[in-house]
Amino acid sequence: MSVITIERKVLEKNDEIAGRNRKRFLDQGIFVFNLVSSPGAGKTSLLERTAETLKDDLRMAVVAGDVQTDLDAQRVARYGIPAVQIVTRGGCHLDAKLVEDALGQLDLAALDLLVLENVGNLVCPASYDLGEAMKVVLLSTTEGEEKPLKYPAMFRNAAVLVVNKIDLLPHVTCDLELLRKNALSINPDLEVFETSCTSGAGMTEWCAWLKRQTAKQA
Amino acid sequence: MHELSIATGIVEIVEQHVAVERRPDVRTVTVAVGDYSGVVPEALTFSFEVVAADAGIEEARLEIRRVPVVLRCPGCGHEVEQEPPLPACPGCGGKRLEMVSGSELQVLEVELEDRAEETS
Repeated sequence: MSVITIERKVLEKNDEIAGRNRKRFLDQGIFVFNLVSSPGAGKTSLLERTAETLKDDLRMAVVAGDVQTDLDAQRVARYGIPAVQIVTRGGCHLDAKLVEDALGQLDLAALDLLVLENVGNLVCPASYDLGEAMKVVLLSTTEGEEKPLKYPAMFRNAAVLVVNKIDLLPHVTCDLELLRKNALSINPDLEVFETSCTSGAGMTEWCAWLKRQTAKQA
Repeated sequence: MHELSIATGIVEIVEQHVAVERRPDVRTVTVAVGDYSGVVPEALTFSFEVVAADAGIEEARLEIRRVPVVLRCPGCGHEVEQEPPLPACPGCGGKRLEMVSGSELQVLEVELEDRAEETS
């Protein structure tokens, strides 16, 4: 038997393309975040509300990933912002190449903020760098307070946690304090926001934070 | 279930290191898989068999070396083999622990059977 030593990262190709994407974002002065959650937590609703709130302040665009349909891109495009849909046809996550290809459809020089809306999944997207400045993980109150403990890698890799659907708190058995404690036990540096895309609660704080991030990046 | 794309990545790397005529001789592909890498070893083994057959290395077996999660306290340097959450550093009580290993996903080596004419 003869042995060939390789010692190469399996995702090195993805990481290389992610590095290229990141450089483009930095060169253009755009703040880019990778929005992750389980399906139905409210990623698209958060982006609709955000686009509506920031329409006079920031030039925003969305790259949305889904297994099928361009419904999400259609939804955010209604708010007058550029939206590109990536259909993964079964793929459970976005990767850096898919994002790089989608960037061809956007005028990056005309943007302040770009959101990479990942496929709804709290497992696989944790492993794939897309070139974003940070991951923002969205969790809804209907999912229970144990999600951070069950899917720790995602919460460990994220910089921000948005707890959505807080308008439903009177109707669900979600202990918000325990949720926060669980999330911070996995990642003490998480910045936490609480929002409702139905009532609009928390949107002021979230959008003010986005404005600060884009100002830093410009 | 992204193990299929991970398996494809592994096989692509093997292809870059092993010439076409030697691929049927590949017997073992050894990979390091961190316990925090998000990869399920059983699903990866299954996916690898499918992808390897298509790439002409169907005799290859995937050997997975698990890498445990090690957390390190930047304050006092104490290391502990445990997955988060860990409430505090057992050494100094520090709250922020860095992960020094456990997220690995790496192709380490391939083992090829020597051909008769080459060994004689």
